[in-house]
Amino acid sequence: MQAFLEKAVSLRFEIAAVVLFGIGFMNLLLQNNLIKKIVAFNVMDSSVFLFLASQGYIEGRMAPIVQNGVTDASQYVNPIPAGLVLTGIVVSVSVSAFFLALVQRLYKHYHTVDFDEIMMMAKKKVD
Amino acid sequence: MQPIYYNIPFVCIFLCMVGGITMPLQKNGQTALRTTVAVCLAVALLCGGLAGILYAREESFVYQMGHFPAPWGNELYVGPLEAMLTAVFALVMAMSILGGRQTFMEDVLPPKQRFYFTMMCMILASLLALSFTNDIFTGYVFIEISTLAACAIVMARDTEKTIAATIRYLVISLLGSGLFLIGLALLYCVTGHLLMPQLLTRVQLLSLAGGYHVPLTVVCGLLAIGMGIKSAMFPFYAWLPQAHGGATTSSSAVLSGLVLKGYIIFLIRIFYRVFSISVVRSLSIMDILFVFGIAGMLLGSVMAMREEHIKRMLAYSSIAQIGYIFMGIGLGTDAGIVAAFFQILSHAVTKPLLFLSAGRLSEIRHHEKSLYRLRGTARSDRLAGVGFTLGGLSMIGIPLLTGFTAKFFFAEAAVVGGLRMWAAILALAVSSVLNALYYIPAIIAIWSRPAEEYEELRTPNRGFAVAAVVLMAGVVLLGTAAGPVLRVIRMGLSML
Repeated sequence: MQAFLEKAVSLRFEIAAVVLFGIGFMNLLLQNNLIKKIVAFNVMDSSVFLFLASQGYIEGRMAPIVQNGVTDASQYVNPIPAGLVLTGIVVSVSVSAFFLALVQRLYKHYHTVDFDEIMMMAKKKVD
Repeated sequence: MQPIYYNIPFVCIFLCMVGGITMPLQKNGQTALRTTVAVCLAVALLCGGLAGILYAREESFVYQMGHFPAPWGNELYVGPLEAMLTAVFALVMAMSILGGRQTFMEDVLPPKQRFYFTMMCMILASLLALSFTNDIFTGYVFIEISTLAACAIVMARDTEKTIAATIRYLVISLLGSGLFLIGLALLYCVTGHLLMPQLLTRVQLLSLAGGYHVPLTVVCGLLAIGMGIKSAMFPFYAWLPQAHGGATTSSSAVLSGLVLKGYIIFLIRIFYRVFSISVVRSLSIMDILFVFGIAGMLLGSVMAMREEHIKRMLAYSSIAQIGYIFMGIGLGTDAGIVAAFFQILSHAVTKPLLFLSAGRLSEIRHHEKSLYRLRGTARSDRLAGVGFTLGGLSMIGIPLLTGFTAKFFFAEAAVVGGLRMWAAILALAVSSVLNALYYIPAIIAIWSRPAEEYEELRTPNRGFAVAAVVLMAGVVLLGTAAGPVLRVIRMGLSML
């Protein structure tokens, strides 16, 4: 039991990331409220960022900025995951902006943000 | 000093990006359209030339962005296959824009027309980048650019129905990219690299060492399913018919013919250049793709048969055609992948021809879309009628047309013996019959005499005429002179 708990604590970031990814994914898939769908998308992406950032962090090392003339790479954490997270955030922000604009447009046409209702109404519209 | 043509791939991507950014500064939609067509044709010319040079020299090369060496820099990898694919894509995109011009001008509000071409340029840029990039994270970024631009060109025709279709497309695409992103993160954690050659050596080591079978299967599965969702692989197709059927003609042609293919090409490149095909075969991902491909081939056609709306019928037919590609990949042999690449080209030429012809036919009946109300339209515009007929016959698999050649290569590749051979050949036969069951009635309908008199638009459409002639030439050329194309595909595949 103790060994299991210790393992769980040492893997806390990974476990949290997987749980959050599941929550985000299922809500993005099944949630009817479009605004909550956007939140779910952000939860899903953030979980990936948490996962990446936790993998790049090494206990007891510094941020990779040269300080006091220390140029030895073994003193610093891995900067590449941070770079990936940064790029991922940019992507996720632009997708969220597009998504929000789209929901706004939908609301103007259908007067609701309920996904199922919109799909039912759209079916009846003639093309 | 590297040869000057090594710069072509980067220049092409850059040209599309810069072109896309300058579109909002253009005077009006008309000039933006001309500029975009010019950009597409320039890219087609450059990539075509590059394909010729690389084929003649039997060469492929890696281009280092900013001359940073391997583990740090970003790279492009280009062989004759990639150059040829992108040349065809750029040409087809120019033709799609030209052919759908008249409908586009009516469908999209004048002040917004310029922005549409920004999206078109971004789609071409992401197609190029997905075919060329050697860095899977760059691939992810361009997947997202392509998704957003594709959603934007669906909703360019601002009706209630297309906006609802766009939200569905966006949500399902985001699920796909979420799966791809987590797959990417896992792969990076297992290997510590993002460039394909470095990943390949690490994955080889892991697979030889054993013990990493489960993580590699999970990663490969996540990447394959993520890309499968975005390219409408069988169980994840629900978004496609509404989105492709409802959009304006140019958008439908580009989405069905090109955007879906970008993801598949990237997936095949990941299979070959990250996992190596022998490792992928040992992970049993291929079996899943094979089954999904066959299911898509059959059910896509069945659903197309029940559809009365001409563009949605063509969209369902795309699901079936994508099924062929995944079946080819799922065969797991080099011959299967060669056939899949040929099908990518063949569908990229045929489906835009069908969409443009259908768009033109419905244009002369004032945008009627149901097959019943389109009766006899081919008599009013014979070129559109011939285009639709030729495309339809190619899809059914009439010899001398490209659809037949693609099916022939699939059948040839399927001769590997065992259960797969029978499943693949049976599915090919049944799906050809199913294709005939909805294309032949549609072709008969457009050529037969209408039951009532309709008021028709009789103005000629020169843009469509050019596009139809070029695409028809493509369909016939790929069907009759497939040899050189096949040699380029084989050479490119052996270098991957």
